[in-house]
Amino acid sequence: MSIKLSELPAEDYFLPGHRACAGCGAAIAIRLILKVAGPNTIVASATGCIEVISSLYPENAWGVPWIHTAFENAAATASGVEAAYKVLRRKGKISHDKVNFLAIAGDGGTADIGIQALSGMAERGHNVKYICYDNEAYMNTGIQRSSSTPYGAWTTTSPPGKAIPIGKREVKKDVARIMVAHGIPYVATASIGYPLDLMRKVKTALEIEGPAYIHVHTPCPTGWRFESNKTIEVARLAVQTGMWVLYEVKQGRLRITYKLSKLKPVEEYLRTQGRFSHLTDDDIAKIQEDVRKRFEEFVEGYRQLGVSVEA
Amino acid sequence: MPKQAVISGNMAAAYAAKYARVDVIAAYPITPQTTAIEYLSQWVASGELDAEFVPAESEHSAMTICIAASASGARTFTATASQGLALMHEMLYIASGLRTPVVMMIGNRSLSSPLSIWNDHQDSMAERDAGWIQMYAENVQETFDMGLMCYRVGEDSRVMLPAMFCIDGFFLTHTYQNVVLPDQEQVDEFLPPYSPKYRLDPSNPIAMGTVGDPRWYMEFAKQKVEAMEAARGVVEEAHRDFEKIFGRRYDPFIERFHCNDADYIFITMGSVSGTFRHVVRELRKEGASVGLVRIRTFRPFPYEELREAISGAKVVGIVDRSISFGAMKSCGPLFLEVRAALYEQEKKPKTVNLILGIGGRDTTPSMVRECFKKLESVDERREFDVFWIGLRE
Repeated sequence: MSIKLSELPAEDYFLPGHRACAGCGAAIAIRLILKVAGPNTIVASATGCIEVISSLYPENAWGVPWIHTAFENAAATASGVEAAYKVLRRKGKISHDKVNFLAIAGDGGTADIGIQALSGMAERGHNVKYICYDNEAYMNTGIQRSSSTPYGAWTTTSPPGKAIPIGKREVKKDVARIMVAHGIPYVATASIGYPLDLMRKVKTALEIEGPAYIHVHTPCPTGWRFESNKTIEVARLAVQTGMWVLYEVKQGRLRITYKLSKLKPVEEYLRTQGRFSHLTDDDIAKIQEDVRKRFEEFVEGYRQLGVSVEA
Repeated sequence: MPKQAVISGNMAAAYAAKYARVDVIAAYPITPQTTAIEYLSQWVASGELDAEFVPAESEHSAMTICIAASASGARTFTATASQGLALMHEMLYIASGLRTPVVMMIGNRSLSSPLSIWNDHQDSMAERDAGWIQMYAENVQETFDMGLMCYRVGEDSRVMLPAMFCIDGFFLTHTYQNVVLPDQEQVDEFLPPYSPKYRLDPSNPIAMGTVGDPRWYMEFAKQKVEAMEAARGVVEEAHRDFEKIFGRRYDPFIERFHCNDADYIFITMGSVSGTFRHVVRELRKEGASVGLVRIRTFRPFPYEELREAISGAKVVGIVDRSISFGAMKSCGPLFLEVRAALYEQEKKPKTVNLILGIGGRDTTPSMVRECFKKLESVDERREFDVFWIGLRE
């Protein structure tokens, strides 16, 4: 399945006037995702950037029904909406045939505080499509590290200092892989740098019955320290350097959706962002080596999870 | 025809949800609530109950699922206790803030630490300011009836607040009593289908759970207050209709027993009331001027009813099954509320706080007699006392 620009509706359901920072990658992602999902959609948002920028009473930026309850439970909120629609439809109390249920949360709301609810939703098999917009830190509270912050990144709670010169000492948690291990029908990674790929994945997820997880890399000029007109460029460099791999696992089959014959040096990506400006050449060499190794072992790693691989 | 059945408190709570034609049940097991949700899952599995049973991975998610389902137009039910209720804490305020009338049974149980699966009221009293209707049952019949009452009051368009009915862990959750189960038609008459004015619906998009900055937050809070205050009248109205349809009469807020001429009055909540009533009856036979007030509806708090019932007494003994650590002499929360209700009264009784049955310790008739002695010994000039009854020497 592919998606053509000409097929995209002119209508938007994440509407202008919201309060995102200039160049916000997450806002770009949500706009594209809702374009694909269309009007028959109900969104459950976690607390975080997207929720706060879009819903300052009495205004809101949502062209579809939208609910926010708390931070750690976007998956449970969407589960509740989905369960209600299931039974109310069965009892003839509502007539909508097909409603898309989306859960939307940032990386903190997904990889950290929300991972339990996400796991529960996936295990119970709710027909919910979960979107993680990954800006790699707690941006809404002002750039604190999450488990999805990459190794070596500066944040306000992983600051490089004399004792800890590297910044964040731990590697990025791989939530997509955790979701693949749940055995749900569809898991994908995506990037706002590759919008057609992102939108095709959303469409695929919506067409498959059952839980789906899409992890979207969404650069954040404010937190990553780059110019706000560089968001797409930074997003693409993440993919082209192998820092972020685009793939999908559909019904247990892995497909790399953006294949690279040769990786660009990670330095090209890292040097675009102030959050990595403290890294030494040795630090960058280590990151390069980690990326190379991960890239080479990527497919084998998924085979070990019991996933078959498409050529 | 209404039928007789010998069932436990947990089963009565489950039956209340079933007769209410609940749409979505989301729950997580915890002692002593567990059998309530087992019954519901069995009825859903057998097809006896057409509902979605969502086995949540935590109480936090169970409450979240109920809130979101309620926001989508579903009638919901959950049940929990103790740590489970504490884990839900965050979501309780969100349930009332979003005005989703979720109904929840609490099998009252102590809070850790030390771990205790046994009964007191610390768990639900810790949630008394969460914007939920709170009712406390004394027996299994009342458990069932209160379950229906919670739907009726909470879902009323003048209220639209979540409601919890609290039953004492083991004393009620696991005690079997003879109850009357009504005809489905009676319940349908008492409880119209849930049809909220606003719900998540793609044909009419709304946003629920927005950010409310300082320009608006206070107005949201005030609306919640107005709903809770409106609930007073709705609780009374619902009890009148309940009597008409089911033929059982309850005082909506407080039950009075030998109060009119009593010098000494106990105030209780929950299953311990039976023991107190028994001893009050005995003491009356012995010539003592003693009575009992049992609070049924704790939120909204029946301050006017209480004033009227106890103002003529000399001494009132307020029984707390929980503790407000660091309050005046670390008394119980019920004591604080009753004292506050009396503050405006020109003529007011002396008050004594009786803390008992903490962590499941039994309350025996002899302990109630000990409580009565405390009341009798109150000195007109002395400040109030907080007595712990049944404590090890």
